Amino acid sequence: MSIQVSSNQGYEHYTVGAPIADTKAPDGPIEERWDRRRFEAKLVNPANRRGRTVIVVGTGLAGGAAGATLAEQGYRVVQFCFQDSPRRAHSIAAQGGINAAKNYRNDGDSIRRLFYDTVKGGDFRARESNVHRLAQVSVEIIDQCVAQGVPFAREYGGLLDTRSFGGVQVSRTFYARGQTGQQLLLGAYQALSRQIAAGNVELHARTEMLDLVVVDGRARGIVARDLVTGKLETHLADAVVLATGGYGNVFYLSTNAKNSNATAIWRAHRRGAYFANPCFTQIHPTCIPRSGDHQSKLTLMSESLRNDGRIWVPKAAGDTRPPNAIPEAERDYYLERMYPSFGNLVPRDIASRAAKAVCDEGRGVGPGGQGVYLDFADAIARLGRDTVAERYGNLFDMYQRITAEDPYQVPMRIYPAIHYTMGGLWVDYDLQTTIPGLFAIGEANFSDHGANRLGASALMQGLADGYFVLPPTLNDYLARTPAVPLTPDHPEVEAVATEAADRLAALLAVNGDRTPDSFHRELGELLWDECGMARSAAGLRKALERIPELRAEFWRRLKVPGTGEELNQSLEKANRLVDYFELAELMCLDALHRAESCGGHFRVESQTPDGEAARRDEEFGYSAAWEFNPSGPPVLHREELVFDHVHPTQRSYA
Amino acid sequence: MNLTLRIWRQPGPDAPGEMTVYQVGGITEDMSFLEMLDILNEELILRGDQPVAFDHDCREGICGACSMVINGRPHGPERTTTCQLHMRHFTDGDTIDVEPWRSAAFPVIKDLVVDRSAFDRIIGAGGYITAPTGSAPDAHAVPVPKEAADRAFEHAECIGCGACVAACPNGSAMLFTAAKVVHLNLLPQGAPERRSRVRSMVAAMDSEGFGGCTNTGECATACPKGIGLDAIGTLNREFLRAR
Ligand SMILES: Cc1cc2nc3c(=O)[nH]c(=O)nc-3n(C[C@H](O)[C@H](O)[C@H](O)COP(=O)(O)OP(=O)(O)OC[C@H]3O[C@@H](n4cnc5c(N)ncnc54)[C@H](O)[C@@H]3O)c2cc1C
Ligand code: SF4
Ligand code: FES
Repeated sequence: MSIQVSSNQGYEHYTVGAPIADTKAPDGPIEERWDRRRFEAKLVNPANRRGRTVIVVGTGLAGGAAGATLAEQGYRVVQFCFQDSPRRAHSIAAQGGINAAKNYRNDGDSIRRLFYDTVKGGDFRARESNVHRLAQVSVEIIDQCVAQGVPFAREYGGLLDTRSFGGVQVSRTFYARGQTGQQLLLGAYQALSRQIAAGNVELHARTEMLDLVVVDGRARGIVARDLVTGKLETHLADAVVLATGGYGNVFYLSTNAKNSNATAIWRAHRRGAYFANPCFTQIHPTCIPRSGDHQSKLTLMSESLRNDGRIWVPKAAGDTRPPNAIPEAERDYYLERMYPSFGNLVPRDIASRAAKAVCDEGRGVGPGGQGVYLDFADAIARLGRDTVAERYGNLFDMYQRITAEDPYQVPMRIYPAIHYTMGGLWVDYDLQTTIPGLFAIGEANFSDHGANRLGASALMQGLADGYFVLPPTLNDYLARTPAVPLTPDHPEVEAVATEAADRLAALLAVNGDRTPDSFHRELGELLWDECGMARSAAGLRKALERIPELRAEFWRRLKVPGTGEELNQSLEKANRLVDYFELAELMCLDALHRAESCGGHFRVESQTPDGEAARRDEEFGYSAAWEFNPSGPPVLHREELVFDHVHPTQRSYA
Repeated sequence: MNLTLRIWRQPGPDAPGEMTVYQVGGITEDMSFLEMLDILNEELILRGDQPVAFDHDCREGICGACSMVINGRPHGPERTTTCQLHMRHFTDGDTIDVEPWRSAAFPVIKDLVVDRSAFDRIIGAGGYITAPTGSAPDAHAVPVPKEAADRAFEHAECIGCGACVAACPNGSAMLFTAAKVVHLNLLPQGAPERRSRVRSMVAAMDSEGFGGCTNTGECATACPKGIGLDAIGTLNREFLRAR
């Protein structure tokens, strides 16, 4: 079957392949599935583990945790990151906290409730078995991190403090001031450093994976570039783990670290790993707006600000008076007006779309009209300046440093920004991709968050995958897969290395008149307009036409100075862009084919009468796993989602 | 605003380097220092020159990657990271010197990029608590007094940027090492390895070629995270106890 979704020189259509029949989740009661899987897993004799090599790409929460744990178990681990130190992985920037169903507060929390909240928060587009396991494992994560010395916030009695986060009714978020990601990552990094010093992990920092080596249908290694010398190296192993993070930077402007990129997962996709739900991206409502064309990234302001700040814009379009000169009667507290029961605390996707809507009406504030006010005047009057400073002081300081405006005096300006990607490599219950021996963990996979991630759940998932889920399932894979010797001169290995070298040479050879960043900005803007907060069939078709044109221009006009045999940051950027172009196209195709709204994916054609996202479970109650097709359009494999435990309902926040 | 930049250019680890002068225009107050360099680099690329290489990633002041000596001060005139320094702290017509971290233990790789892997090896020598995955007791099994937890946190805030080393006339890594020792030695979980940790970390620090500490205090002045000299006092006491 061939389905026409667009007529242009890029993707003409997609084809539908066999549905995904087996996710490898054991059956039986959901509470017992993980125990069963672990019991049925085969084990590798400890004496034989040193002889088995595992490549781990990435040292964020997922990769750091996995590398340390696998090395502790006795495997030989070879690990990579493109930063100069594993400690600098993007996870370091996470602010708010990490969820766990500890129920230390005795406020009615439980594994079941965390499971329920996550499935519902994901707008019923995640796999129940995986989410339940995540909730189960969450409890162990906190124990592990405390044992490592992670300095979580504590109460005077010496016990752990928690806060509530993002629209759930229990207090289950553990935190370390506004630096939870930093502290969790340092815990994993220190555990990893111990294994490096002990000789159990061979670390390659400043080294970027450029491609995946697949031999006889199994993932057997990677081709990587030493970013200092420019040398291409081939590393071979018995299994490969990708912990390379999300792809939000395809939009150019996002809250992600500047060098986060999609190359590892995209190259794996091209080698046979299905890519699931690429259009499921999360936009965070409270970021500092861009201040001009020079903007290089966007900075998140914690969501907790919405607990006390009131969001508004002027009632009249084009009102340029300073905020304090606009009288109360001429302000529109639009979230409070539209959603009287949730007000400023509606979920992330709803708050983001509402901000875009008022700005589209010409009522936005600040440079370019791309901002709304987040006003603390009432909170300061009610609670006093000291209390507000105690709660949000560090955020106010950060805001003031960036904007030179004092939020105690004038309202903050905020605007939504790309923040997280729920889509990623498709994985089964074992976190294995469709290439045997290739595993994907953390934000790199699509596993647990469906169409929308709840706050404080990414850190939980990264550490769950790395410390507790991957080690036993990988163990099982290695136990069932005999060691087969492989050398770098194997023709299939050499072919991958040659391809990677040719691509770099081609980028250097263009010698045109546009920089990599100028193309990246243009691609990002296009995606933000057509595949961002609100998506329409017409806009997505336009993007699908434009992306191939832009890509063609890239190969005509790109300019990369220098050579491939040195530290060359322009070459790094250009090489990542090649993959962004292709990924952007698949994102738009996925968004076009999914003619429903769900979670972070809002199709303007699919709204309820009051303008809310309308899911269409009958037609789209599946995860879309895309297969790369070198000689034609992508192939869609549906994984039908079954909800035996949490009954799908339409969200309502009015 | 228009600025004159004098930037250290060094093609590779073994090549000689020199200060090179550039003019940039059209800089606005809201730009960060790195965005100003982005603009320069875009121009350099179009001219066919090599852009200035520098380390950066989060641009939020937390990853510790960015590392420039600006007008003689690590991270520049404000107490923050280079990426969080904004151009409103400069004036039209200024001349700004930009150099890499200078320290024997941080060799230059290219331009403003240096090799800080010595820090990772200090951590590997003992900057951890041995707690293999799966072996942990319940998180509430051992309460930690709030004061100890808070103080541990404040020292765990170190981002490993290396400004302390760059600021120190001796190139000492005492502040960095002390921050980790204070973080872990204050916690009950860190107690069993308290002595071996401080001994191994100090030995690693010495063997990596960092200089000795003569209490000049420059490190704490440069530290973007406010790690104080009291940490070094604690390190010295822990070291004496451990001998
Ligand atoms: C500003 C911000 C705040 C956040 N706050 C929270 C929060 O409070 N709570 C929460 O739960 N989540 C939060 N998140 C989300 C969360 O931080 C991330 O989803 C999570 O940290 C991702 O971890 P990871 O291990 O999957 O990947 P990352 O931390 O992104 O690590 C990726 C690793 O892969 C390496 N890598 C990537 N590609 C290659 C390659 N080709 N070759 C070699 N190495 C490669 C990198 O060097 C890096 O080591 C936040 C995100 C942002 C942007
Ligand atoms: S102690 Fe301060 S200056 Fe030194 S590495 Fe840590 S954060 Fe940087
Ligand atoms: S770039 Fe991360 S601290 Fe400056």
